[in-house]
Amino acid sequence: MSIEAMYQDIILDHYHEKHHAGLREPYGAEVHHVNPSCGDEITLRAAIDGDTITDISYEAEGCSISQASVSVMADLLIGRDITDSMALFEEFRTMMEGQGKVPGDEDRLEDGIAFVGVAQFPARVKCAMLGWSALRDALARAGAELSPTAQ
Amino acid sequence: MYDVNMVRADFPVLDREVSGHRLVYLDSANTSQKPRCVVGAVEEHYLHHNANVARAMHTLGAEATEAFEEARGKVAGFINAAGAEEIVFTKNASEALNLAANTLGARLAPGDEVVVSVMEHHSNLVPWQLACQRTGARLRWFDITEDGRLDLAKAHAEGLIGERTKIVSLTWASNVLGTVNPIQSIADQAHAVGAVMVVDGSQWVPQAPCDARASGADILVFTGHKMCGPTGIGVLWGRGALLAELPPFLGGGEMIEIVRMEGSTYAPPPHRFEAGTPPIAQAVGLGAAVDYLAGLGMADVHAHEQEITARILQGMASLDFIHVMGPTEMADRGGAVSFTVDGVHPHDLMQLLDSRGVAVRGGHHCAAPLHRRLGIQSSSRASGYLYTTKEDVDALIETLDWAHDFFTGRTRLRSL
Repeated sequence: MSIEAMYQDIILDHYHEKHHAGLREPYGAEVHHVNPSCGDEITLRAAIDGDTITDISYEAEGCSISQASVSVMADLLIGRDITDSMALFEEFRTMMEGQGKVPGDEDRLEDGIAFVGVAQFPARVKCAMLGWSALRDALARAGAELSPTAQ
Repeated sequence: MYDVNMVRADFPVLDREVSGHRLVYLDSANTSQKPRCVVGAVEEHYLHHNANVARAMHTLGAEATEAFEEARGKVAGFINAAGAEEIVFTKNASEALNLAANTLGARLAPGDEVVVSVMEHHSNLVPWQLACQRTGARLRWFDITEDGRLDLAKAHAEGLIGERTKIVSLTWASNVLGTVNPIQSIADQAHAVGAVMVVDGSQWVPQAPCDARASGADILVFTGHKMCGPTGIGVLWGRGALLAELPPFLGGGEMIEIVRMEGSTYAPPPHRFEAGTPPIAQAVGLGAAVDYLAGLGMADVHAHEQEITARILQGMASLDFIHVMGPTEMADRGGAVSFTVDGVHPHDLMQLLDSRGVAVRGGHHCAAPLHRRLGIQSSSRASGYLYTTKEDVDALIETLDWAHDFFTGRTRLRSL
């Protein structure tokens, strides 16, 4: 896969105009995650109401992959129920750990499938996972019941 | 006459392709490539002379010991140490700095001060933070000026180096800014108040003629893998009298004299600081590396580095979307050139350049406080070495222009 294909327009568009960015109230929990090896940082807030994610807001600094990934994630998960959100987390992670050979389901991951090209660059996978991992942490801190298999 | 193409013939990796393009390796401040003679020396040692050192009494043991100690002598000669006993082998510069911080740090007490700078690599910061936490000493630091040099005026105004100062530990050349620090004059200030001067030479010893004894340093550390040697071997040089009074760092085999259950006495330097089986083959490789560098001539290596660095700076000055951190003049400047590119994050830039065969580093380069001081999170860094050509630099500049276009959309718009 060429570098042009990896940096699909979807990724560059989200990077240049992040969706749902900024920190908002109310929220159930706020977390701060970093990539120690490269310095990417995110502060992320999750608001839940029963079994529904009512808002994901964030301030993030880092590369296009980490920024676009959190933007796509917020699009996908705001308004979704937590169980299905965690199922999507697993689907996204499976794709990212597939070394570029596991295409995502476009009906499920929508713009998220653009990251399949990133999955062949192991050093960048954690960039794509940064926002997702932060969200999972925030949901747990906000009191959501998450299955023990995911982490 | 320095012939870079003859030098390149010694480095097989430079002939390979990356992503279908000629490799342009500009990450030598991270680690240098290795010439065939270094790899050959390591191979020769393992295949024909391998044994443990000092404790094996047989023929191979004697050969391995001789090769290991001969490498120590070569390194001593390379930096003009007073003798081989002033050379301590460690696994890298970080371990050497931890050795310094632990042994010198054992003398610290509340009220004492240790001085570093904001431009230090984490290796020359965290060990001193730990030493200060253990002892109650205070860590202070030099700030930098707008053009990326030590802010000597501010340091003077603050009385940074004063009667409380026990240790000053500075990098000789910044791994990010390229700045070469005035080690001699700061060492004079340190010595005037009775402090010990520690110098991190990781970025300077590989690049320039180096006389440890004349430098002003009391302890000088550097690492093998940035100077054509193997990974896994670092060096701590210390003035003989200072090493003699320092306590051990790690305990174990070979650093002892007499061991009883009730207590032990310790070997004299350098073995006092070399517990356990040392990096034997790596030392042999480093010995071959300093022979190689000395054969090329460090004055010529330095002149080449300066020429290449000047060309990088000149090329970057021609692109208005690139901002160089650190000195843009060659005076007192080493070979690391860090920079930011408008609209392109360093990781993305690194990846785009890699897709054209150009290897640079993106991130905080193990100098997060420096980046914070400069108000940025990360940067990109290009660093050449004795095998870098003008064509390599030109490829970098062209590829930077392409990457900026690609990322800011100009290339994509043109291709529609």
